Amino acid sequence: MTASQVLFYAISTVILGSGILAVTSQRIFRSAIWLLLCLVGIAGLYFWMQVEFIAAVQIVVYVGGIVVLIIFSIFLTQESGKELPKPIMRRTVFALLATLFGFAFTYNLVYGHGFAAPTGEAFNVSVAEIGTQMLSTTNNGYILPFEVVSMLLLSAMIGCIVIAMKPPSNKNAGADMLFAQDVPGTRLITPGVVEPDLISEEV
Amino acid sequence: MYDVPLSHVLFVSTALFFIGMYGLFTRRNMITMLMALELLLNSVNINFIAFNKYLYPGKLDGVFFTIFIITIAAAEAAVAIAIIINLYRSHKSIDIESAAELKF
Repeated sequence: MTASQVLFYAISTVILGSGILAVTSQRIFRSAIWLLLCLVGIAGLYFWMQVEFIAAVQIVVYVGGIVVLIIFSIFLTQESGKELPKPIMRRTVFALLATLFGFAFTYNLVYGHGFAAPTGEAFNVSVAEIGTQMLSTTNNGYILPFEVVSMLLLSAMIGCIVIAMKPPSNKNAGADMLFAQDVPGTRLITPGVVEPDLISEEV
Repeated sequence: MYDVPLSHVLFVSTALFFIGMYGLFTRRNMITMLMALELLLNSVNINFIAFNKYLYPGKLDGVFFTIFIITIAAAEAAVAIAIIINLYRSHKSIDIESAAELKF
Protein backbone atom coordinates (compact mmCIF):
# COMPACT_ATOMS: atom_id res chain seq x y z
CA MET A 1 0.00 0.00 0.00
CA THR A 2 1.53 3.27 -1.05
CA ALA A 3 1.29 6.58 0.79
CA SER A 4 -1.12 7.90 -1.81
CA GLN A 5 -3.50 4.99 -1.21
CA VAL A 6 -3.30 5.41 2.55
CA LEU A 7 -4.08 9.10 2.14
CA PHE A 8 -7.07 8.37 -0.08
CA TYR A 9 -8.63 5.88 2.32
CA ALA A 10 -8.05 8.19 5.30
CA ILE A 11 -9.72 11.12 3.49
CA SER A 12 -12.61 8.88 2.42
CA THR A 13 -13.14 7.71 5.98
CA VAL A 14 -13.27 11.32 7.19
CA ILE A 15 -15.74 12.29 4.44
CA LEU A 16 -18.11 9.38 4.95
CA GLY A 17 -17.94 9.40 8.76
CA SER A 18 -18.60 13.10 9.11
CA GLY A 19 -21.25 12.88 6.39
CA ILE A 20 -23.14 10.20 8.34
CA LEU A 21 -22.85 12.25 11.55
CA ALA A 22 -24.06 15.37 9.71
CA VAL A 23 -27.32 13.72 8.73
CA THR A 24 -27.92 11.79 11.96
CA SER A 25 -26.80 14.15 14.75
CA GLN A 26 -29.74 15.32 16.84
CA ARG A 27 -28.30 18.74 17.63
CA ILE A 28 -28.52 21.04 14.65
CA PHE A 29 -25.38 23.04 15.41
CA ARG A 30 -23.25 19.91 15.71
CA SER A 31 -24.76 18.73 12.48
CA ALA A 32 -23.57 21.93 10.79
CA ILE A 33 -20.06 21.45 12.18
CA TRP A 34 -19.95 17.86 10.89
CA LEU A 35 -21.06 19.15 7.51
CA LEU A 36 -18.16 21.60 7.63
CA LEU A 37 -15.70 18.78 8.34
CA CYS A 38 -17.20 16.75 5.50
CA LEU A 39 -16.77 19.64 3.03
CA VAL A 40 -13.17 20.19 4.15
CA GLY A 41 -12.59 16.46 3.59
CA ILE A 42 -13.97 16.78 0.06
CA ALA A 43 -11.59 19.69 -0.53
CA GLY A 44 -8.81 17.37 0.67
CA LEU A 45 -9.96 14.78 -1.88
CA TYR A 46 -9.64 17.42 -4.61
CA PHE A 47 -6.13 18.22 -3.39
CA TRP A 48 -5.37 14.51 -3.52
CA MET A 49 -6.57 14.43 -7.13
CA GLN A 50 -4.30 17.46 -7.81
CA VAL A 51 -7.10 19.80 -8.89
CA GLU A 52 -5.93 22.59 -6.61
CA PHE A 53 -8.12 25.29 -8.12
CA ILE A 54 -11.34 23.36 -7.47
CA ALA A 55 -10.13 22.57 -3.95
CA ALA A 56 -9.58 26.27 -3.29
CA VAL A 57 -13.00 27.14 -4.71
CA GLN A 58 -14.55 24.41 -2.56
CA ILE A 59 -13.01 25.84 0.59
CA VAL A 60 -13.83 29.47 -0.26
CA VAL A 61 -17.41 28.95 -1.44
CA TYR A 62 -18.63 25.99 0.60
CA VAL A 63 -16.72 26.24 3.85
CA GLY A 64 -16.37 30.02 3.89
CA GLY A 65 -19.73 30.87 2.38
CA ILE A 66 -22.48 28.29 2.54
CA VAL A 67 -21.69 26.74 5.92
CA VAL A 68 -21.31 30.17 7.53
CA LEU A 69 -24.67 31.14 5.98
CA ILE A 70 -26.25 27.96 7.38
CA ILE A 71 -24.79 28.61 10.85
CA PHE A 72 -26.14 32.18 10.80
CA SER A 73 -29.57 30.98 9.83
CA ILE A 74 -29.45 28.40 12.64
CA PHE A 75 -28.75 31.21 15.09
CA LEU A 76 -31.56 33.31 13.61
CA THR A 77 -34.23 30.65 13.61
CA GLN A 78 -33.77 28.36 16.58
CA GLU A 79 -32.11 27.55 19.84
CA SER A 80 -28.98 25.85 18.65
CA GLY A 81 -28.42 23.76 21.78
CA LYS A 82 -31.87 22.22 21.67
CA GLU A 83 -32.22 18.66 20.48
CA LEU A 84 -34.25 18.06 17.36
CA PRO A 85 -37.19 15.69 17.71
CA LYS A 86 -36.26 12.16 16.75
CA PRO A 87 -37.61 11.01 13.38
CA ILE A 88 -40.35 8.44 13.68
CA MET A 89 -39.19 4.84 13.58
CA ARG A 90 -41.13 3.79 10.50
CA ARG A 91 -39.66 6.63 8.44
CA THR A 92 -36.11 5.83 9.58
CA VAL A 93 -36.48 2.16 8.70
CA PHE A 94 -37.89 2.82 5.27
CA ALA A 95 -35.36 5.56 4.51
CA LEU A 96 -32.57 3.19 5.53
CA LEU A 97 -33.96 0.40 3.37
CA ALA A 98 -34.39 2.70 0.37
CA THR A 99 -30.90 4.16 0.62
CA LEU A 100 -29.21 0.79 1.23
CA PHE A 101 -31.02 -0.77 -1.70
CA GLY A 102 -30.25 2.20 -3.91
CA PHE A 103 -26.60 2.17 -2.91
CA ALA A 104 -26.25 -1.57 -3.53
CA PHE A 105 -27.95 -1.27 -6.91
CA THR A 106 -25.92 1.74 -8.07
CA TYR A 107 -22.58 0.46 -6.85
CA ASN A 108 -23.27 -2.89 -8.41
CA LEU A 109 -23.68 -1.13 -11.76
CA VAL A 110 -20.53 0.95 -11.21
CA TYR A 111 -18.50 -2.08 -10.15
CA GLY A 112 -19.66 -4.20 -13.07
CA HIS A 113 -18.85 -1.49 -15.60
CA GLY A 114 -15.35 -1.94 -16.94
CA PHE A 115 -13.83 1.52 -17.06
CA ALA A 116 -10.97 2.12 -19.44
CA ALA A 117 -7.58 2.08 -17.74
CA PRO A 118 -6.03 5.51 -17.15
CA THR A 119 -4.11 6.56 -20.23
CA GLY A 120 -1.32 8.17 -18.26
CA GLU A 121 -1.79 11.41 -20.19
CA ALA A 122 -0.91 14.48 -18.12
CA PHE A 123 -3.89 16.22 -16.52
CA ASN A 124 -3.19 19.94 -16.85
CA VAL A 125 -5.55 21.98 -14.65
CA SER A 126 -3.49 25.11 -14.11
CA VAL A 127 -5.46 28.28 -13.47
CA ALA A 128 -4.19 29.74 -16.75
CA GLU A 129 -5.55 26.75 -18.67
CA ILE A 130 -8.93 26.95 -16.92
CA GLY A 131 -9.21 30.71 -17.46
CA THR A 132 -8.26 30.52 -21.13
CA GLN A 133 -10.76 27.82 -21.93
CA MET A 134 -13.54 29.31 -19.82
CA LEU A 135 -13.38 32.72 -21.50
CA SER A 136 -12.70 31.55 -25.06
CA THR A 137 -15.38 32.11 -27.67
CA THR A 138 -14.19 29.37 -30.03
CA ASN A 139 -15.03 25.68 -29.83
CA ASN A 140 -15.05 24.16 -26.32
CA GLY A 141 -15.21 27.62 -24.78
CA TYR A 142 -17.47 28.20 -21.80
CA ILE A 143 -18.14 31.91 -22.18
CA LEU A 144 -21.91 31.52 -22.64
CA PRO A 145 -22.54 29.45 -19.47
CA PHE A 146 -20.21 31.82 -17.65
CA GLU A 147 -22.36 34.83 -18.59
CA VAL A 148 -25.60 32.96 -17.90
CA VAL A 149 -24.35 31.97 -14.46
CA SER A 150 -23.40 35.56 -13.70
CA MET A 151 -26.97 36.63 -14.55
CA LEU A 152 -28.27 33.80 -12.35
CA LEU A 153 -26.16 34.98 -9.43
CA LEU A 154 -27.38 38.56 -9.86
CA SER A 155 -31.03 37.53 -10.00
CA ALA A 156 -30.57 35.19 -7.02
CA MET A 157 -29.07 38.05 -5.03
CA ILE A 158 -31.96 40.39 -5.86
CA GLY A 159 -34.45 37.60 -5.19
CA CYS A 160 -32.93 36.91 -1.75
CA ILE A 161 -33.20 40.56 -0.77
CA VAL A 162 -36.83 40.75 -1.96
CA ILE A 163 -37.84 37.51 -0.22
CA ALA A 164 -36.14 38.24 3.08
CA MET A 165 -37.21 41.91 3.23
CA LYS A 166 -39.73 42.78 5.90
CA PRO A 167 -43.06 43.92 4.48
CA PRO A 168 -43.69 47.60 5.36
CA SER A 169 -46.97 46.96 7.21
CA ASN A 170 -45.18 44.73 9.73
CA LYS A 171 -42.63 47.45 10.30
CA ASN A 172 -45.35 49.91 11.33
CA ALA A 173 -46.89 47.38 13.70
CA GLY A 174 -43.48 46.81 15.23
CA ALA A 175 -42.98 50.56 15.71
CA ASP A 176 -46.39 50.82 17.43
CA MET A 177 -45.48 48.02 19.82
CA LEU A 178 -42.18 49.68 20.61
CA PHE A 179 -43.97 52.94 21.32
CA ALA A 180 -46.46 51.23 23.60
CA GLN A 181 -43.61 49.70 25.58
CA ASP A 182 -41.92 53.05 26.01
CA VAL A 183 -44.97 54.75 27.51
CA PRO A 184 -44.68 54.41 31.30
CA GLY A 185 -47.43 52.49 32.96
CA THR A 186 -48.44 50.40 30.02
CA ARG A 187 -47.18 46.88 30.28
CA LEU A 188 -47.35 44.46 27.44
CA ILE A 189 -48.65 41.14 28.62
CA THR A 190 -48.63 39.61 25.18
CA PRO A 191 -47.22 41.52 22.19
CA GLY A 192 -49.80 43.90 20.79
CA VAL A 193 -52.34 43.42 23.56
CA VAL A 194 -52.34 46.12 26.22
CA GLU A 195 -54.45 45.43 29.27
CA PRO A 196 -56.94 48.30 29.44
CA ASP A 197 -57.31 48.39 33.23
CA LEU A 198 -53.59 49.04 33.67
CA ILE A 199 -53.82 52.14 31.50
CA SER A 200 -56.92 53.51 33.23
CA GLU A 201 -55.26 53.00 36.62
CA GLU A 202 -52.44 55.29 35.67
CA VAL A 203 -54.73 57.93 34.19
CA MET B 1 -2.04 8.68 -7.94
CA TYR B 2 -3.60 6.18 -10.32
CA ASP B 3 -2.93 3.28 -7.93
CA VAL B 4 -6.38 3.84 -6.47
CA PRO B 5 -8.88 2.51 -9.04
CA LEU B 6 -11.68 4.74 -10.28
CA SER B 7 -14.33 2.48 -8.76
CA HIS B 8 -13.06 3.27 -5.25
CA VAL B 9 -13.46 6.99 -5.83
CA LEU B 10 -16.92 6.29 -7.20
CA PHE B 11 -17.67 4.25 -4.07
CA VAL B 12 -17.04 7.34 -1.94
CA SER B 13 -19.23 9.58 -4.10
CA THR B 14 -22.05 7.01 -4.32
CA ALA B 15 -21.99 6.48 -0.56
CA LEU B 16 -22.03 10.24 0.02
CA PHE B 17 -24.97 10.61 -2.35
CA PHE B 18 -27.04 8.04 -0.49
CA ILE B 19 -26.03 9.47 2.90
CA GLY B 20 -27.43 12.79 1.69
CA MET B 21 -30.55 11.05 0.48
CA TYR B 22 -31.02 9.38 3.86
CA GLY B 23 -30.81 12.80 5.48
CA LEU B 24 -33.33 14.21 3.02
CA PHE B 25 -35.75 11.36 3.84
CA THR B 26 -35.48 11.41 7.63
CA ARG B 27 -34.97 15.07 8.51
CA ARG B 28 -37.97 17.34 8.89
CA ASN B 29 -36.12 20.57 9.73
CA MET B 30 -35.57 22.71 6.65
CA ILE B 31 -32.00 23.74 7.50
CA THR B 32 -30.89 20.14 7.99
CA MET B 33 -32.61 19.19 4.73
CA LEU B 34 -30.60 21.93 3.04
CA MET B 35 -27.42 20.42 4.50
CA ALA B 36 -28.36 17.01 3.08
CA LEU B 37 -28.87 18.69 -0.30
CA GLU B 38 -25.35 20.13 -0.13
CA LEU B 39 -24.00 16.60 0.41
CA LEU B 40 -25.82 15.43 -2.73
CA LEU B 41 -24.35 18.25 -4.83
CA ASN B 42 -20.87 17.56 -3.49
CA SER B 43 -21.04 13.87 -4.35
CA VAL B 44 -21.90 14.83 -7.93
CA ASN B 45 -18.90 17.17 -8.01
CA ILE B 46 -16.56 14.38 -6.89
CA ASN B 47 -17.92 12.25 -9.75
CA PHE B 48 -17.26 14.92 -12.35
CA ILE B 49 -13.69 15.53 -11.20
CA ALA B 50 -12.90 11.82 -10.93
CA PHE B 51 -14.23 11.02 -14.41
CA ASN B 52 -12.38 14.00 -15.85
CA LYS B 53 -9.13 12.97 -14.24
CA TYR B 54 -9.23 9.24 -14.86
CA LEU B 55 -10.95 8.92 -18.23
CA TYR B 56 -10.44 12.21 -20.12
CA PRO B 57 -7.28 13.83 -18.75
CA GLY B 58 -6.77 15.83 -21.94
CA LYS B 59 -9.97 17.83 -21.46
CA LEU B 60 -11.32 20.14 -18.78
CA ASP B 61 -15.09 19.75 -19.13
CA GLY B 62 -15.60 18.03 -15.75
CA VAL B 63 -13.76 20.87 -14.02
CA PHE B 64 -16.05 23.44 -15.66
CA PHE B 65 -19.17 21.52 -14.73
CA THR B 66 -17.93 21.40 -11.14
CA ILE B 67 -17.30 25.16 -11.09
CA PHE B 68 -20.80 25.87 -12.41
CA ILE B 69 -22.41 23.42 -9.97
CA ILE B 70 -20.62 25.12 -7.05
CA THR B 71 -21.84 28.52 -8.28
CA ILE B 72 -25.43 27.38 -8.67
CA ALA B 73 -25.28 25.65 -5.27
CA ALA B 74 -24.25 28.94 -3.65
CA ALA B 75 -27.16 30.78 -5.30
CA GLU B 76 -29.54 27.98 -4.33
CA ALA B 77 -28.42 27.99 -0.69
CA ALA B 78 -28.84 31.77 -0.45
CA VAL B 79 -32.38 31.68 -1.88
CA ALA B 80 -33.30 28.71 0.30
CA ILE B 81 -32.11 30.46 3.45
CA ALA B 82 -34.03 33.62 2.51
CA ILE B 83 -37.18 31.51 2.12
CA ILE B 84 -36.50 29.71 5.43
CA ILE B 85 -36.08 33.00 7.31
CA ASN B 86 -39.25 34.40 5.76
CA LEU B 87 -41.14 31.22 6.67
CA TYR B 88 -39.83 31.40 10.21
CA ARG B 89 -41.11 34.96 10.44
CA SER B 90 -44.64 33.98 9.48
CA HIS B 91 -44.91 30.49 11.05
CA LYS B 92 -42.46 30.67 13.99
CA SER B 93 -41.19 27.25 12.93
CA ILE B 94 -39.05 25.84 10.14
CA ASP B 95 -40.40 22.32 10.42
CA ILE B 96 -41.48 21.19 6.98
CA GLU B 97 -44.77 19.82 8.34
CA SER B 98 -45.84 23.27 9.55
CA ALA B 99 -45.69 24.78 6.07
CA ALA B 100 -48.65 22.89 4.65
CA GLU B 101 -50.98 25.60 3.35
CA LEU B 102 -50.08 24.99 -0.29
CA LYS B 103 -50.10 21.24 0.11
CA PHE B 104 -53.15 20.28 -1.97
